[in-house]
Amino acid sequence: MTSTDQQPFLSIKDLKVHFSTEDGVVKAVDGLSFDLVRGKTLGIVGESGSGKSVTNLTILGLHNPDSTTVEGSIVLDGDELNGAPEKTLEKLRGNKMSMIFQDALASLSPYHTVGRQIGETYRKHTGCSKKEARDRAIEMLRRVGIPQPDVRVDDYPHQFSGGMRQRAMIAMALVCDPELLIADEPTTALDVTVQAQIMDLLKDLQQEFGTAIIFITHDLGVIADIADDVLVMYGGRCVERGTKEEVLRDPQHPYTLGLLSSMPALDGPVDVPLSPIPGSPPSLLNPPSGCRFHPRCAFAEKVADGLCSTERPPLEVVDGRGSACHLTPEQRRELFADFAGSRQH
Amino acid sequence: MSNTEPLLDVTGLTKHFPVKGGFPIRRTVGAVQAVDGLDFQVAQGESLGLVGESGCGKSTTGRLITRLLEPTGGTISYQGKDITHASRKQLAPIRSEIQMIFQDPYASLNPRQTVGKIISGPMEINDIDPAGGREKRVRELLEIVGLNPEHFNRFPHEFSGGQRQRIGVARALALEPKLIVADEPVSALDVSIQAQVVNLLQKVQEELGIAFVFIAHDLAIVRHFSQRVAVMYLGKIVEIADRDDLYGNPRHPYTRALLSAVPEATVDDTPRERIRLTGDVPSPINPPSGCRFRTRCWKATEKCATEAPPLVQVEGNKPGHLTACHYPETGNSAPADRLDKTPRAAA
Repeated sequence: MTSTDQQPFLSIKDLKVHFSTEDGVVKAVDGLSFDLVRGKTLGIVGESGSGKSVTNLTILGLHNPDSTTVEGSIVLDGDELNGAPEKTLEKLRGNKMSMIFQDALASLSPYHTVGRQIGETYRKHTGCSKKEARDRAIEMLRRVGIPQPDVRVDDYPHQFSGGMRQRAMIAMALVCDPELLIADEPTTALDVTVQAQIMDLLKDLQQEFGTAIIFITHDLGVIADIADDVLVMYGGRCVERGTKEEVLRDPQHPYTLGLLSSMPALDGPVDVPLSPIPGSPPSLLNPPSGCRFHPRCAFAEKVADGLCSTERPPLEVVDGRGSACHLTPEQRRELFADFAGSRQH
Repeated sequence: MSNTEPLLDVTGLTKHFPVKGGFPIRRTVGAVQAVDGLDFQVAQGESLGLVGESGCGKSTTGRLITRLLEPTGGTISYQGKDITHASRKQLAPIRSEIQMIFQDPYASLNPRQTVGKIISGPMEINDIDPAGGREKRVRELLEIVGLNPEHFNRFPHEFSGGQRQRIGVARALALEPKLIVADEPVSALDVSIQAQVVNLLQKVQEELGIAFVFIAHDLAIVRHFSQRVAVMYLGKIVEIADRDDLYGNPRHPYTRALLSAVPEATVDDTPRERIRLTGDVPSPINPPSGCRFRTRCWKATEKCATEAPPLVQVEGNKPGHLTACHYPETGNSAPADRLDKTPRAAA
């Protein structure tokens, strides 16, 4: 639990998602646990292949059941979703929980008007008339800031600009007032000025309706803007979690530290080279043993007995704060000191 | 070579793509004004950053400089020689000096060729035989870009995204160019890999003295890499200045808004200034009259709609800092009414 006594609205325990492919079993998510309360935003950060999108598709039950094994528990508002029948999930999807995808153009049907696509979800879950659904669609478009919603409701997606399409997607996701909203890189395809608009919109809507939001991104800057809590994923596992302030100001895992130091700041020094993380993200077909970050970790040799390459570091979470690393707290304080100094400007 | 003569001098550069329409005979019914009257110079060994949002014409500019596209108007001169409409033959010797690095490391390498073949391709085309043979040169280049020289016989699919981008860099370096146009060289890469490639490009620029036109939408990376930066909006340069002037003292409202919209991975106790632009970038087929930014600008007046502001050194700017605005920012004028404006529907 993080910084509040509220009951968790969504609770994930030891989630494992494995795909069987021709080349072997891909361990896309390997033992992930987190809780989320109403009205809060959890930011999930990670690189491509870290398992952040798979986690969330699994919550919604959108994985392919034939080739995927899901272990662990996903409890939404008291109901277990893992293994729940498709009918139950169908009632929840778009209603109690919904999702915003990265590519709005690919996620909207080009053959139907925007209004019809928004209204369809509403009709399906409330069984209302077409007229009511249309009115609801107009109301939703107005709420997400589309000008002249009563006219634009009859437009097709191609008549919308990129930012407007993303707004329409948000309208569609929110049409049934969901209690859980999963946003998978919703602003990555947008320009910065439009991205800022969309993030403000999400924040306003969350304040109004108390929605719990999972915000997936690879951009720590976006996290700093929108999240309350942060979960950093690497190679299908959570390597660090905590509040936004804790993780960004005082990272406790070498990967988080590496990510933060490799990004140039708008007011940072310009004459020194950036400090990249060497190597590249691991293949989940054949992930490194022990800590999955150890082949790229600058501090792996500081740990005795080569523990990093043999033993998986446990994620010990106290008050919502924790990291999975074999370094002792004293070692971290010493080794990460440079970082803390360079970011206090 | 004197330092006063710019390596690349671009004046009034324009590119309009025709829009066809009509039935049964398709006629040109309009033009996408992708790039409209650009003026800028790139000095020897200098890195010029081009930033702007999608559709502002920055990639088109890169392709015009390398003459992958035929300019509609204006002139491009390279080392004092006009290459605006030079023929293939005339361009051949110059092409070896102007190279390009592309955004997508998956699409820009031929999957059927070995790395050695890809990197020696430019030498083959230009009939260059370096001392010690092409293979030796390829190994050297692989070493420069931080790849194992023994890997010259491998195929692109055996490399990760970051490594592929290094191969792209090696290919661009093969002919010892004087100017490299890098079009979003890191935006397709993972965050932890981006810094690797930026450092490599910086090393190359410093050690080999190559001039860069660095096209990107990430303002922090452009700031890190470029000595001078030009901000583009809808086919025009709205502001160009030395890095420190542009980021420290932005005079164009768009530059200021763009900088304030960049999310930063810091949790500050004092929040940064936030300017929220309303609406989207208008269509370049039918751009707004006068100043193209006026539809989203909180300072716009009648004058902005009728008169296009020239790109000049406005009062208070240091030499070389040019701004195209009738009402330049002074640094403390808060755009108070910006949120009251109703968003405009995109055309």
